[in-house]
Amino acid sequence: MSRVSNAALKQLPDAARVFAALGDPTRLRLVSRLSADGPQSITALTAGAGVTRQAITKHLMALGDAGLATPARQGRQIVWSLETRRLDIARRHLDFVSGQWDQALDRLKHFVE
Amino acid sequence: MTDRIEKTICLRAPRARVWAALTDAGQFGAWFGVSLRGPFVAGMPVEGRLTIPGYDHLDWTFNVEAIVPQTQFSYRWHPHAVDASVDYATEATTLVEFALSDEAGGTRLRVTESGFDRLPLARRQEVFPLNSEGWEKMLAKIERHVLAADPAR
Repeated sequence: MSRVSNAALKQLPDAARVFAALGDPTRLRLVSRLSADGPQSITALTAGAGVTRQAITKHLMALGDAGLATPARQGRQIVWSLETRRLDIARRHLDFVSGQWDQALDRLKHFVE
Repeated sequence: MTDRIEKTICLRAPRARVWAALTDAGQFGAWFGVSLRGPFVAGMPVEGRLTIPGYDHLDWTFNVEAIVPQTQFSYRWHPHAVDASVDYATEATTLVEFALSDEAGGTRLRVTESGFDRLPLARRQEVFPLNSEGWEKMLAKIERHVLAADPAR
């Protein structure tokens, strides 16, 4: 496992923003859709979302601010795509910690029972 | 959503027994895998050395936050601080809380660890080898979480 240099570490945006951005059902669903169907326009993302285009735009901007999604111009429209790396790190880390606790609690169970 | 971990386990043991396993330094060390010096006192640090094979060259410290007899025990630490060449002292800590309550035939224990948001992203990445798990798998989990949390779907 390679260590991350201090310089690289300083360049990383604040992880807290990633987690704040994900703390919303609409945004989580946007992330899911961008992952399942690939890059999409705001119009496509609004269809079937049950919220206004304006709201979707606002949520996409929040995901963008957190570095989770990026916009790109394609012809006349803006297409959003997912930046998977950041989300991946946060989720996998929690899964790891969760597994460590499962093991520790299993040892505690054997210890007290 | 990703700042904390919460686990609940039901133990077939009396509450006093579970309490001792959590707050007696020797007993805690026995199941946790660490050899500790000194008792747990609220507001005081506890030092020791890990005894888990593969990690037994590492010193281990935590700061006891609160002790409410038979009910609650909490400490702060640097999670998975497993690189002996790194000084973790300046990094953010997470808070680990154990809460006990009575349960038919035993004791219910809830463990919460929180504060992961404040850890540097690079640090969170260190705990797993790159490319060990697919992004799709992770997304499936998140999607399940979303659908479970959203009754409209």
